[in-house]
Amino acid sequence: MTEWALEMTDITKEFSGVKALDAVSLRVKKGEIHALCGENGAGKSTLMKVLSGVYPHGTFTGDIRVNGKPVQFRGIADSEASGVAIIYQELALVPEFTIAENVFLGKEPGRLGMISEDEVYQQARKWTEAVGLQRPLSTKVKYLGVGEQQLVEIAKALKKRAEILILDEPTAALSEREVERLLQILRELRSRGVTCIYISHKLDEVLSIADTVTVLRDGRSIATKPVSELDESAIISLMVGRNLDELFPKVTTPPGDVVMRVSNWSVTSAETRRQIVRDVSFEVRAGEVVGIAGLVGSGRSELVTSIFGAYPGRVAGDLEIAGEKVHIKDAADAIQKGIGLVTEDRKKQGLVLGMDIRKNITLASLRRLPGTIAIHDAEEIQWSEKLVRDLRIKVPSLEVAVSALSGGNQQKVVIAKWLLTHPKILILDEPTRGIDVGAKYEIYQLMNQLTQQGMAILMISSELPEVLGMSDRILVMGGGRIQGELKREEASQEKIMHLATRGQ
Amino acid sequence: MSMNQPELNAVTKVPLKQMLRVNLRTYSMIIALFAIWILFTATTNGIFLTPRNLSNLFEQSAETAILAVGAVLVIVAAQIDLSVGSLAGLTGGVATICQVWLKMNAVESIVIALVLGVLLGLFQGWWVAYQNVPAFIVTLGGMLVFRGIVIGLTNGQSISPLRDGYVAIGESYVPPMVGIVLAVLAILGYAYFLIRRRQTRRNFGFAVRPIASDVVLFIVIAVVIGVFVYVMNAYQGIPIPIFIVLLLALLFSFIAAKTRFGRSIYAIGGNLEAARMSGIPIRGRILSVFALSGLMAAICGIVLTARLDAGTVDAGTNFELNAIAACVIGGTSLMGGVGSVTGAVIGAMVMGSIDDGMSLMNAAPFWQYVVKGLILIVAVWIDIQSKRRQAA
Repeated sequence: MTEWALEMTDITKEFSGVKALDAVSLRVKKGEIHALCGENGAGKSTLMKVLSGVYPHGTFTGDIRVNGKPVQFRGIADSEASGVAIIYQELALVPEFTIAENVFLGKEPGRLGMISEDEVYQQARKWTEAVGLQRPLSTKVKYLGVGEQQLVEIAKALKKRAEILILDEPTAALSEREVERLLQILRELRSRGVTCIYISHKLDEVLSIADTVTVLRDGRSIATKPVSELDESAIISLMVGRNLDELFPKVTTPPGDVVMRVSNWSVTSAETRRQIVRDVSFEVRAGEVVGIAGLVGSGRSELVTSIFGAYPGRVAGDLEIAGEKVHIKDAADAIQKGIGLVTEDRKKQGLVLGMDIRKNITLASLRRLPGTIAIHDAEEIQWSEKLVRDLRIKVPSLEVAVSALSGGNQQKVVIAKWLLTHPKILILDEPTRGIDVGAKYEIYQLMNQLTQQGMAILMISSELPEVLGMSDRILVMGGGRIQGELKREEASQEKIMHLATRGQ
Repeated sequence: MSMNQPELNAVTKVPLKQMLRVNLRTYSMIIALFAIWILFTATTNGIFLTPRNLSNLFEQSAETAILAVGAVLVIVAAQIDLSVGSLAGLTGGVATICQVWLKMNAVESIVIALVLGVLLGLFQGWWVAYQNVPAFIVTLGGMLVFRGIVIGLTNGQSISPLRDGYVAIGESYVPPMVGIVLAVLAILGYAYFLIRRRQTRRNFGFAVRPIASDVVLFIVIAVVIGVFVYVMNAYQGIPIPIFIVLLLALLFSFIAAKTRFGRSIYAIGGNLEAARMSGIPIRGRILSVFALSGLMAAICGIVLTARLDAGTVDAGTNFELNAIAACVIGGTSLMGGVGSVTGAVIGAMVMGSIDDGMSLMNAAPFWQYVVKGLILIVAVWIDIQSKRRQAA
């Protein structure tokens, strides 16, 4: 027998030529809590998807051993059979089913397809007690809080005889008390020999619960160290720290007049009734790139979608565009007032994938297109062709569906769409997510050109080097508030991380 | 923007192969339609291809085709309208009641039927767009409600006779001479359209298609128009219902392909979120789509009752399913965002041809259902297969 519960060696995974994981190795001892740290996009989630069989054997290279035995997972069922269970940020429970039914989902005891209710409830008790869940087992899961739902997930995993439990950002949506309880339960499970891989941004939690920490950066494993040798700043400097200068062709433009002023902006989610953005005030000037940094869930995207009039929730606060007080009720309004928003998820919110490039580019400018009854074809082609040329979008023809383009070119189509609306302020939410280095560079150059022409840019990014490399000023958000503002000269990854984790 | 890029972008070159591929789906449907015709011509000793039969076939496809034209927009917007069959029955029934019981003239009763169709379409659209009730539910409810109203209004009797001017909509023909004049005008109009397009493209500095390809296109269309009118005239002329279908198809093709409204419908069905974020007024658009669908149901109801010269309780039963099937066979995706009016009309003709051909073969009526059902499944399967091959 080996001392390792899990050995992943030289895992390499590519997405259409971009290496998401580059020879990553991860070794986890039996019965330890092993924290996996890294910035957004460092490869943590990809690595866990490789481990859980979401990316089946053969779609990546490298070697996985569980308890010393080599394994080849074709799907999640295989990894579960080997005792690997993953609990995602988005929980995978059936809300209309009871706790007991969820614990046994897909594995209901009984004969000939008839579920034995008695057995379900009897056996479920054993597992829910193990995770300290004190609720009647007949409670529907939809009535549970997020923390309790998580416990149901863990009970479900234990019931499947999971020996390696993977928790992906388990505390992102939990209150402080729930976090405490979860950590306590994980410690108890550890004492019973369950191995746990703990993915978290929250370094204080990592330090308090983990035995060992592995840090990923840019798809590589940077270091694996016992927690006793680490402190918060040591982990942060492992997570960041790379050479930025060549990647970012930043040209600074002297800022002009204030283009957008946001005052006392607060946003309450319609679903959870939680306040997601609290009393945020800032301004963006012509020719300026203002970066917004912060962890996932810090309220950045909600802030910008609510400014754009597209957030389904209660919004309070004042907004001024070019010195004029405006009230924006929907996207059409925002476009008309001169706001453009390149959304975070280009496939879900940015593009109509089945439509051709021309129609995608003009989609937000339909009203401004020439033509009284019919859209004037030739002019439309000319407008979009100019943008395709200016942005160097590589396309076989304008009539090709955008789904056929690479990620970088798709992103440029989204940006083209917004430039065609002639915005005064362009908001970029994760403008370079999932695109290759070359296309990133071109988008940075484009940002320079736009600011030189006097456009104001507000950029959200989870990639710290990008924020540092391209912003004139950086607002750091945490817990829905602006935790601090850093000037370009004084900003550093460490300072941003310290501010960002402060609100958590 | 002031970026200069010396190289000419590839955009200006629109390869012919590309254009052909875009229309592949429409072509394959036309080919399938001809294949069906050849098959039936062979199995019926040529009766199928006689002008008389073709005239009947077109006329019988007309009602499905009218509904299908409206259904395309609904389905492209990722909605569904199950009520159009009942609504056709209701609007047609009201038109006959207006004439027979209320002694109104043809025009008055038509206007009332059309207005009623639009209002009931708006009513359903309001539930979908503003109250967020799924279209499937709203229109399933509408289907029951409208049928119930027809039964209640008519007391289960059929209502006739109708006014001559009204009946003419369903039963008369465009006089042969007028048909020829229209054909010539259509051919000239198409030539003008092609020349105009070449000119604009040249003025804007775009690459123009090789003249030969436009000439071939022109000849094909001219021959199709010519043969169509010739064959119809060989019987009694173009049936008025077919004429209505052609006008509506032309109008709705234009709306779908060329207008802002049409564009926004495709965007809504293709990606609702992206459409919303691009400032498209989603609710208003969905409301309009249902209003148009109601209008088409009313037109269908008028044509139907005029052809039968009576209002009946079960008029339009199951028409909605035929219309949806016609759309799907014609390449409209139930997921939304994809579909064409031309395809839907061809789909309606495929279904009509099967009904007609099989009854000519003296096949028992049940076979029509079986064959149409299988064709529906196979048409969608072929589509999925070809997409998968493209993706690979």
